[in-house]
Amino acid sequence: MTSHSPLLEARALAFHRQDEPVFGPLDFRLDAGELMLIEGDNGSGKTTLMRILTGLLRAEEGELRWRGEPLTWDRCSGEVVFLGHQLGLKAELSARENLAFTIGLHGHRNQSGIEGALTQVGLTGYEDEPVRKLSAGQKKRVALARLLLIPAALWLLDEPYANLDRSGIQLVDALLEVHIAHGGAALVTSHGAVQFHGGEPQRIRLHA
Amino acid sequence: MLDTRRPGLAHACIAVLRRDLTLAWRQRGDMLLPVLYALIVTSLFPFALGPESALLKRIAGGAVLVTVLLAMLLALDAMFRSDIEDGSLEQLMLAPQPLALMLGMKILAHWLATALPLIVVAPVLAGMLHLPAAVTPVLLAALLLATPLLSLLGGILVALTAGTRRSGMLLALMLLPLCVPVVIFAAGALAAAQEGLPWIAPIAWLGAALVMTVVLAPLACAAALRIALDS
Repeated sequence: MTSHSPLLEARALAFHRQDEPVFGPLDFRLDAGELMLIEGDNGSGKTTLMRILTGLLRAEEGELRWRGEPLTWDRCSGEVVFLGHQLGLKAELSARENLAFTIGLHGHRNQSGIEGALTQVGLTGYEDEPVRKLSAGQKKRVALARLLLIPAALWLLDEPYANLDRSGIQLVDALLEVHIAHGGAALVTSHGAVQFHGGEPQRIRLHA
Repeated sequence: MLDTRRPGLAHACIAVLRRDLTLAWRQRGDMLLPVLYALIVTSLFPFALGPESALLKRIAGGAVLVTVLLAMLLALDAMFRSDIEDGSLEQLMLAPQPLALMLGMKILAHWLATALPLIVVAPVLAGMLHLPAAVTPVLLAALLLATPLLSLLGGILVALTAGTRRSGMLLALMLLPLCVPVVIFAAGALAAAQEGLPWIAPIAWLGAALVMTVVLAPLACAAALRIALDS
């Protein structure tokens, strides 16, 4: 059984772009029910690290293990949600249609529905508006609704606070708290302070 | 926690198909552009070559074929572009579904949105150039096989050039050699039909090529797009 190995483990993970080191070597382990913050200035490789953790980008050096096995995109697919700078929403479709597509691909948690998720992220009344007409913060909220719907063990959130107002920031914190409390894990990049009430998160600092 | 319902393959395929067709319908002005282009080009032939019916009749099959295939090229490079730009492709890759199959569905949706309208107007185009009515079914058969072939081959090239800026020109250059056999077999069938000869052999070749690309092209697309995003 692999139950004793951590959800995600990195050993001496490093990345170079054209022989220029981007970050690393990094060592960390993330267990279920843990939150990890990745801090660093602009250009310090936070997004690159995120893309490596999703499996979209290959790290040249070091090792990544998912539940004790080497991480490949097909092993962790469906167990990871990635929220990046590009939200992956179709501008011509409404929030409801975008989320219906997400559910069609990923399935959904038993107790959650699109209506509930949209209400929870504060988009009541905007369900059928094309995403193109929503503000940047509202688009972000649609993408956050995806976190509520997709049944995933690991959340990779790249700058989840960008474009959000104060209530939006509280929303992200609340979502993270519930996710962690239910045994999920999350990696969050940020340059702002995170108000996390469920214990002190691990921190990784990246240097440019 | 992971008390979940994973969607089946069919469910996911329908989700991709429905989303892409909805998007195509919302932007149906873009869908009309290739049709309009084909109509304009075809209506210019009689002006350029003269209204002599015998001449037009002889070139009709080939002219319609080439016009339709060129019209398809107009929309080809948009196949995955918006998905790459807005991050939808990343989300598709992270979904617990086989990427090749999902891309196959995207290509199918693209074919339905761009090639099918062209095939629908093809008899009109053929009529404008005095193609004998008896040959029109062969034209439709050739187009029904040649256009998906072109969509699939084009899909591979779009995926290969996905990482590059201004991929349109590169795409056209790369697609040309792949187009040639498609045009040769499709035009061969039309020429044979016009002369009253058996035309089934070139159609069968197109069919065989289509079967092969239906299987291989989505796999190639998936591999190429993974490489394109790995940078």
